[in-house]
Amino acid sequence: MLRNVLPNIARPALQSRAATTLSAGLAGVTQRTSAKKYGGIYTVTLIPGDGIGAEITDSVKEIFKHVNAPIEWEQYNVSGMSSEGEELFKQAVESLRRNKVGLKGILFTPISQSGHVSWNVAMRQQLDIYASLVLCKSLPGVPTRHKDVDFAIIRENTEGEYSGLEHQSYPGVVESLKVSTRAKAERISRFAFDFALKNNRKKVTCVHKANIMKLGDGLFLNTFRRVAEEYKSSGIEYNDMIVDNTSMQLVARPTQFDVMVMPNLYGAIVSNIGAALVGGPGIVPGCNVGTEYALFEPGCRHVAEDIKGTNRANPAAMILSSTMMLRHLGLDNLANNIASATFGVVNGGKVRTADMGGSATTSDFTAAVIKNLS
Amino acid sequence: MLASRTLVGSARIASRSSQSIRCYASASPTAAFGGKKNSNGNYTVTLIPGDGIGPEISESVKDIYSAAKVPIEWEEVSVTPVLKGGKTVIPDAAINSVKKNTVALKGPLATPIGKGHVSLNLTLRRTFNLFANVRPCVSVKGFKTPYDDVNTVLIRENTEGEYSGIEHEVVDGVVQSIKLITWDASERVARYAFNYAQSTGRKRVTAVHKANIMKMSDGMFLSACRQVAKDFPQITYDEDLLDRACLQIVTNPKPFSDRVMVMPNLYGDILSDMCAGLIGGLGLTPSGNIGRDASIFEAVHGSAPDIAGKGLANPTALLLSSLMMLRHMNLNEYADKIEKAALTTIAEGKHITGDLGGKASTKEYTSTIIDKLSKA
Repeated sequence: MLRNVLPNIARPALQSRAATTLSAGLAGVTQRTSAKKYGGIYTVTLIPGDGIGAEITDSVKEIFKHVNAPIEWEQYNVSGMSSEGEELFKQAVESLRRNKVGLKGILFTPISQSGHVSWNVAMRQQLDIYASLVLCKSLPGVPTRHKDVDFAIIRENTEGEYSGLEHQSYPGVVESLKVSTRAKAERISRFAFDFALKNNRKKVTCVHKANIMKLGDGLFLNTFRRVAEEYKSSGIEYNDMIVDNTSMQLVARPTQFDVMVMPNLYGAIVSNIGAALVGGPGIVPGCNVGTEYALFEPGCRHVAEDIKGTNRANPAAMILSSTMMLRHLGLDNLANNIASATFGVVNGGKVRTADMGGSATTSDFTAAVIKNLS
Repeated sequence: MLASRTLVGSARIASRSSQSIRCYASASPTAAFGGKKNSNGNYTVTLIPGDGIGPEISESVKDIYSAAKVPIEWEEVSVTPVLKGGKTVIPDAAINSVKKNTVALKGPLATPIGKGHVSLNLTLRRTFNLFANVRPCVSVKGFKTPYDDVNTVLIRENTEGEYSGIEHEVVDGVVQSIKLITWDASERVARYAFNYAQSTGRKRVTAVHKANIMKMSDGMFLSACRQVAKDFPQITYDEDLLDRACLQIVTNPKPFSDRVMVMPNLYGDILSDMCAGLIGGLGLTPSGNIGRDASIFEAVHGSAPDIAGKGLANPTALLLSSLMMLRHMNLNEYADKIEKAALTTIAEGKHITGDLGGKASTKEYTSTIIDKLSKA
């Protein structure tokens, strides 16, 4: 069971909420009045995204309908396949600004230079959704090469290598700017420690390349160490590890990790390694949180254009991400019901999608989850 | 069987016939070996034993080479930095030796701690224009990891990218680090990768990138690769996002055994260590730095000061790196013979060092390999 997604009765409550919070520094929206709610119904922005997005969000919609979740979707079928979707993309961002909470698949980003910039990144930057949280945990029902993996990846989401600042200073010479700031390093480090504290995690590891990028990653690392001092009395351990060594350690001895915090690009690498260790992008949930907005999407950001429309995608990551959203909205009972049902199906081993070594379809999986609901 | 799981291929680019026409070689854009035998019929190779366990494992390689009668004479040099004009630099003797021999084998170097030191590895890289780092990783039979089917080759651009070292603090608390990508360096490493694929019988070259985000810099890297690909119609070229590559290699590395991966500096750094992790760490992975003016083959693990001088170190990484060197020098038969002896020794598991789960000393391990060589 993912620590964060399921209630944790056995664990000592660190605050009055019965279930673990989705993430640190993030009280349930109910306490903040910011999410839009009419007559007890929350309005949530839904962006299915490209590739398998439509199928796996359909699965969520079906389950929500079945449990009569008090969620009204404001759906935007944005597609990053061409630049024509830009108008709709803007509307979707506006909708998110209004609703504060969203559920999202992954938007395709073209590789060509003439293509548009990544809208996934644009959304995170515009709304300042600075923290990405990805949970990697081995599930008994998913056969993998590694056992007992259980760590959380916290990734700075708005700067670093994804600044989008590039120029050609001379034909054949391109400079790409990685921007690192103390303010953003500080808030992501603090987020990581708060997360560890609230979820009873024991250790926070800072992943960096400060031996080469002495100023940029050096700033990140030093800020991390300074923030760590503030959490000294909580008993949370901390250490740091160079990113190449981290990658090696992850595939060789993954159980040594607990909470990891890192700049943007390393997060892309580490979360994909992490997903591979526990069974792939189909079962790794995630979310992106800022001070004001929260956007829930699968932890491992793949469009999966190759299996689009084939009804073969594993919707578990999206369903679990949506339960994180429910919990964020304070709808804990509903979240727990759906999460338990989903884990029941995954660990039951009878209904397995292709990525889990079975032949069940997305719809089979969804139906099984619905059947498993209490 | 062993031939098919050759750890490393030669960097030989031109066919032998064309090599005989050229009168000198290191000017070749693809860095083919062009050394000449000395009057004793041997090639001279610079040996940098390095720090910590470096001298012990170098001794082991030397012993194995004399037992295998490899036509190589070692020229041992130290790269311990000296003060010159107020700066710490590598001694001229070392630089001249590598320049003259164009091939060197290097043990681990301790990174000097403190300010003002430029990393020695970086200095060597710059001095000899070591533009491509070749990192093959092959599962070693007898050393069990969760992965038993790894056979990857990764070629990393070694001179620029995120490691350009250009950084500045714009205002307090805001730092810009510049990733520098040039067409020339990208084209050069791509060409080397295709040549490497061709000479080692791999049918595919995959460029690993993040051009959806870094459209101009990684984009240019890709266009350079595409351009070079046109010169190699018999080799399939494709591209993979960094995210996807990580995910797929760690999920199942097997499909990557048919190809050579090529990528900018930082991605290569991270992925090469990740692949090393799949087969059991840096103690089993060789590395070669191919340059315009010289090529340096090295063990990439640390200098392990804690076990230095105790005779416990595992020389495998340095030995395998030296075999890459032999293949670079077109001494393939010696490489094959030694590789077979070393891998069988590990597979048998009777005389392996502590890091591989055995109890043998460096000497015992070395002499077991030598025994096998003499019986072969």
